[in-house]
Amino acid sequence: MKEKYAEDHIITTGTYTAVWLALLILLAATISVAKLRLLAKFSVLGSLIIASVKAGLVLAFFMHLKYEGRFLKGMLTITVAALTMLIGMTFVDVWLR
Amino acid sequence: MVSEGMGDVTAGFYERTKKYRWVIAEWMMSTDHKRIGVMYLIALLSFFSVGVVMGFIIRLSLLAPGWLADQQTYNEFFTIHGVIQIFLFIIPGIPVAFGNIFLPILIGAKDVAFPKVNRLSWWLYVTGAVLVFLSVFIHGRPPDTGWTFYAPYSIQTPANISTAVMGVFVLGFSSILTGLNFVTTIHRLRAPGMGWFRMPAFSWTLYATGWVQMLATPVLAITLLFIFLGRFLGVGFFDPTKGGDPILYEHLFWMYSHPAVYIMVLPAMGIISEVVPVFSRRSLFGYVAVCMSALGIAIVGYAVWGHHMFTSGMSDTARVIFSFVTFLVAVPSGIKIFNWVSTLYKGSIQVDAPLLFAISFIFLFSIGGLTGLIIGALATNLHLHGTYFIVGHFHYVMFGGAGFSIIAGLHYWFPKITGRMYDERFAKLGWLNLFVGFNILYFSMFVLGFLGMPRRYFDYPPQYHAGHVISTMGSWFLAIGLVIIFANLIRSIFKGERAPMNPWGGKTLEWTIPSPLPRENFQEIPVITRGPYSYEEEAR
Amino acid sequence: MKKKQGEGLSTETGHIDYTGKKMGMWFFLFTEILFFGGMFLLYSIFRYKYAQDFHASAAEENIVLGTINTAVLLTSSLTIALSIAAMKKGKKDSSCYLQLATVLMGAAFLVIKYFEWGAKISIGIYPNSPVLLALGKGEILFFGLYYVMTGLHGLHVLVGVIVISFMLYFTRRETINQENYARLENTGLYWHFVDIVWIYLYPLFYLIT
Repeated sequence: MKEKYAEDHIITTGTYTAVWLALLILLAATISVAKLRLLAKFSVLGSLIIASVKAGLVLAFFMHLKYEGRFLKGMLTITVAALTMLIGMTFVDVWLR
Repeated sequence: MVSEGMGDVTAGFYERTKKYRWVIAEWMMSTDHKRIGVMYLIALLSFFSVGVVMGFIIRLSLLAPGWLADQQTYNEFFTIHGVIQIFLFIIPGIPVAFGNIFLPILIGAKDVAFPKVNRLSWWLYVTGAVLVFLSVFIHGRPPDTGWTFYAPYSIQTPANISTAVMGVFVLGFSSILTGLNFVTTIHRLRAPGMGWFRMPAFSWTLYATGWVQMLATPVLAITLLFIFLGRFLGVGFFDPTKGGDPILYEHLFWMYSHPAVYIMVLPAMGIISEVVPVFSRRSLFGYVAVCMSALGIAIVGYAVWGHHMFTSGMSDTARVIFSFVTFLVAVPSGIKIFNWVSTLYKGSIQVDAPLLFAISFIFLFSIGGLTGLIIGALATNLHLHGTYFIVGHFHYVMFGGAGFSIIAGLHYWFPKITGRMYDERFAKLGWLNLFVGFNILYFSMFVLGFLGMPRRYFDYPPQYHAGHVISTMGSWFLAIGLVIIFANLIRSIFKGERAPMNPWGGKTLEWTIPSPLPRENFQEIPVITRGPYSYEEEAR
Repeated sequence: MKKKQGEGLSTETGHIDYTGKKMGMWFFLFTEILFFGGMFLLYSIFRYKYAQDFHASAAEENIVLGTINTAVLLTSSLTIALSIAAMKKGKKDSSCYLQLATVLMGAAFLVIKYFEWGAKISIGIYPNSPVLLALGKGEILFFGLYYVMTGLHGLHVLVGVIVISFMLYFTRRETINQENYARLENTGLYWHFVDIVWIYLYPLFYLIT
């Protein structure tokens, strides 16, 4: 007897395709934001936010994270938080020198 | 079921399987965590010895500057000493040796989660070691930048930096894989009934360490890559003429190297948490706090790296924040110290060698930790940064701490690994020499540093001469102590009394299986019904 | 995944611990986040210090090729995700075609990258070149970061292409099958990670003008 995956959940082709289309739309959006200077000073922030939404979609659906347990989601959050802290603390140095 | 009474006197996991013609192939190709652990242990202690000899030579040369080594050679000496002791001995240290040999057994598993990855870690370790030694012996000068490889000098010096840095990169990858393996093992392979809070404290520290290995080491990897790219392709991220910033190198380097000291010391604290209960015949006081503090140290320790850079030119705000967080990290360490001492209190204490070294850890690590507070404070740091005070501090915590813990572990687990008992009298004699020598050698450094003696200097004005002579004499006692300790252990491997299954009366799972360890950890995976230290249940 | 406390799974009783293997792969990806993170750290600091130069240099990037590459990687993520779903449903041939599509798109990415780099090198912009060193400090840093970050990313793409090719081979030989697909799923996780890194690299190098 073999162990089946803890979540025996197969995401449908339809869902995958929808996510992919969303990603392409977001790609177009991010170009618009940059090229049309839609948000002026905040264009970098805007681009990064859109990039994070894209990354989030890839994580949640393509990488199945939406259906994984709390531990994995938690450790990913901690990892990203750790990196953010590293960059942030370095900025506190450079920015305020 | 497991055998009772006298240890199984067969060869245990050392027995030849005849799968390979050559013994060395059988071992190098093994995926058995016990064999991998033993090979690591032998390699580690060999490199440690080389590092000790280097240190011995450094102290000798400081008796009368220039008589033994010129300035360039001196720089190479302390660089190699640091690289060997840190990257080849103390960072891999306890996890790869005792962690590999005992973690699966402590949690009631047959092996680690990924035995083949474990073997890969070992091979990477060997490769990294070869590269590091190559950097010393191949054409060109050995590295002379200090183990910290600070840019821009590490980019400009003609020494064999690229080879050394490649070696450390490979060693880092080995470390990452070990951490990944142990964390997965603890999540997935605990025996039935062994909840998180029935795991021995040593396992908890290996868990916390595994996360630090995974989340900190990659930053070193990319930093070393930047040195490499700087040397070969002229990529100038740390070169002001190309817009770069040397302080960024220091940030990136210490983002790993500070958490690295917790990789060194957390498992060491884990060993103390195992030894103290056994030799006081009392449960570990505040077991949950001890386990949680391991995580606390790992987390807080991730945010203090700037305290290595207080005089580098960092902003004032950054310095204040880093100093504050540095003081915070003393709290979980203090919790552990308090709990060990409380375990000993009113215990039925047997002062055998493992406990002697464990108590030494508590004393020496406390001194190291307290001096850490002195240099963690901004004002005092300005005077003490770059002096011998720092050298004294880190030797107290790394050697007096992790080093003594390794020796404690060696004695504690010696019967289980070798099936023999060591000679207690020589162990104690060795301890005495080591302890006295250690304090003379390193305490004098606090004085020297306070009086202004800079570190990494091969020469000094006459007012520091007395301090250096005293310190060097301390190194002689220390060396004698180490020789006695290791000679005792090596001799006992061959001539020691046969060891019973449980010579110390330990309560963790390794003491329920034969000495030396058998090839199969458990005939049947045990079902756990109690915590790891249940001495109170014994009739008094 | 919910697990009863203390319930252990032994690796040697013949049970393969899929959850454990997946966990191991995720942990490896966490280390990769920190590895690339160090480069993103440098990028953010240098961008802050030399904002003008970064603007100017990014304008010289070929936004068409960059956008095509982004679309290519996003689509390749789709195909590998579909290939795993197909494997879970036991559809070996679909899975093989989808893996092949992923490999081809990965290769296409690398080819486009090759042309991009080639174009820059031909006008003398590469690390430590005289042309580069004559530019402003921020521009030197920008292109240094460009080569290092897209170079390491490209290396990861190359490794991914090779690994997926192996998975394709295993799938054809049915070593990877409906009962036994952890390796494919983990390869997918790696590939998606590589995609995510590019999702961030793209705006930072092509769009911040």
